[in-house]
Amino acid sequence: MPNLQDFVINDCALVPLATGVRAQGLPGLREGLLTVPANCVYYHFWGGLLRARFDDPEFNNDFAVWVRHALHDLPLAERLAVIDPAEFADAEALRQEVLELVEQRLDEIEAPTWAPRDRQFHFMHGQLVVFDSGRRLHDPRELVDLLPQLSAGSVFYHLIDARRREPQGEDDFHAWLCALDAGHEGLVARLAQIDPYFVSLADLRAQYAAACRAHFAGAPA
Amino acid sequence: MNALLEAYAAVAGADAVQHLIQLAAPLRGMKVVHVNSTRAGGGVAEILHTLVPLMQALQIDTRWEVITGDGPFYQGTKAMHNGLQGHAAPLADALLHAYEGTNARAAETLAPVLREADVVFIHDPQPAALIRHFPQRRGKWVWRCHIDASHPQRSVWRYLRAHVAEYDASVFSLADFAQRLPHPVYLIPPSIDPLSEKNSPLPAWQALEICRRFDIDPGRSLMLQVSRFDRFKDPLGVIAAYRLARGFIPGLQLVLAGGGADDDPEGDAVLAEVRAAAEGDTDLKVLLLPPDAHTTINALQQAAHFVLQKSLREGFGLTVTEAMWKGRPVIGGDTGGIRLQVVNHHTGFLVSTPEGAALRVRYLHQHTELHEQMGAKAREFVRQNFLLTRQLRDYLTLMTGLMHPGEERIALA
Repeated sequence: MPNLQDFVINDCALVPLATGVRAQGLPGLREGLLTVPANCVYYHFWGGLLRARFDDPEFNNDFAVWVRHALHDLPLAERLAVIDPAEFADAEALRQEVLELVEQRLDEIEAPTWAPRDRQFHFMHGQLVVFDSGRRLHDPRELVDLLPQLSAGSVFYHLIDARRREPQGEDDFHAWLCALDAGHEGLVARLAQIDPYFVSLADLRAQYAAACRAHFAGAPA
Repeated sequence: MNALLEAYAAVAGADAVQHLIQLAAPLRGMKVVHVNSTRAGGGVAEILHTLVPLMQALQIDTRWEVITGDGPFYQGTKAMHNGLQGHAAPLADALLHAYEGTNARAAETLAPVLREADVVFIHDPQPAALIRHFPQRRGKWVWRCHIDASHPQRSVWRYLRAHVAEYDASVFSLADFAQRLPHPVYLIPPSIDPLSEKNSPLPAWQALEICRRFDIDPGRSLMLQVSRFDRFKDPLGVIAAYRLARGFIPGLQLVLAGGGADDDPEGDAVLAEVRAAAEGDTDLKVLLLPPDAHTTINALQQAAHFVLQKSLREGFGLTVTEAMWKGRPVIGGDTGGIRLQVVNHHTGFLVSTPEGAALRVRYLHQHTELHEQMGAKAREFVRQNFLLTRQLRDYLTLMTGLMHPGEERIALA
């Protein structure tokens, strides 16, 4: 019988689905943003972490990558790339921000450019299946050994997906540590300093592991 | 863990196989049937030969059924295949009649199996019309399209869509290839089997022996492109790149290796042009290989210093995946699925001209350490994204999704 305060390590698999909505230029991107469900926008910001792509892409979300490489519109690509999705309360607010930037750019330019036929933007969304990895954490000290072994799916579920599940927008470790008896405020503060965006899942796992190691070794924050 | 799963864990990683076991647990005992139109030859049969035993090893009750027809049936499905790829493909009424008749007869034969199935995967257009004969089906039916259907002949797609729209879901390899349908459209890239004859490591002596058989000097650098002799694979562009690269890599050799293109009327003409361009150059070998020359291709990919896939148009490009799995960075055309695999300066280079390809060959020749690092990255990239274990993980995720229609996040935990 697991202790109520045990932390259950879950894992997940994400499979992408097409919406059938495509864009070949900025007006089409605007139309698509107005049409697709808000979770598509979420997928294009965070889903890439679990998709086939390289660890250090030039831009961090699919909109910025497409605008840069298919439309060659560097100013808009930069504005889109700097959006930090963690700052938005929900996917709808994130959608509005992207839409705002695209509409602003449409106002600025004389005529919109077009992508080649084989470089269209495809709006997608994801279906996430979450399963129990069978692993449990009984004590926060176990994080030191466990974190480096976490799969990419577990990192995504507990550190990224959690921010959408939890009303406070916190990761699962943060929520667990806060629910335990007092005494973990230092570790909570350390983990809160880590920015989950702009890094790969492998880097994010390494940063969490380093913060836990430093905390339990007594290193100053 | 049984022996097959252990074998995959050894090459794909224990974590990848552990994922499969956990995802498959709620699906154990489920009856799954794959249906296609051939047991031998072609990429679909190749994948099913390994996918089906792997699903069985996960205790999913999986069968593979094949439908067969007569000449007009195959003429009709060939025309559909070409039509989906965007080529002119008139579908005469007689061919459609043969197509529907063959599917009706196959439905009768397969009825006991298909009626009992929990999930049915129908591969490509050949058996797509089976669904019409199971209006009271209890399982979920999925249409798996392995073809680049990005710009189909509208008349062919209109006909096929009427069948496909009845399915519970469909699967395409890339977003570019997908069509709008009234059900969930999953995107699952293809994969290679790391345990197959084409992708298992060969002993060095065997690779050497095979190279010698084709008069390839193992002491000199080798440039390689493995592909059909097809204009879209740009073999003449590869020869131009090789001639430019020889200017700074004296003794460079080139091998263009590929199968015959029975279904491509232009194939013979392209092969003749390639042979004419190669004439008189003993360091340039044009190898027309039989479809089962897997070990030969494996040896060539293992022996090559520079692997090219300089396509002007490409579907997914599994030869790119194969070379990357052997630790070779790939110089690939900036098109189709090559873009998904070749990440500029990481797993290879994307190029648009023979000059660009020659430049990257020269670059890799001069930066041997970087060449090795990129090769290692390429192999790891394939391990994580393009092995059979990943494709099966996606299928299991899809099957779970079918059991929870409309749910965006499904908690099995």
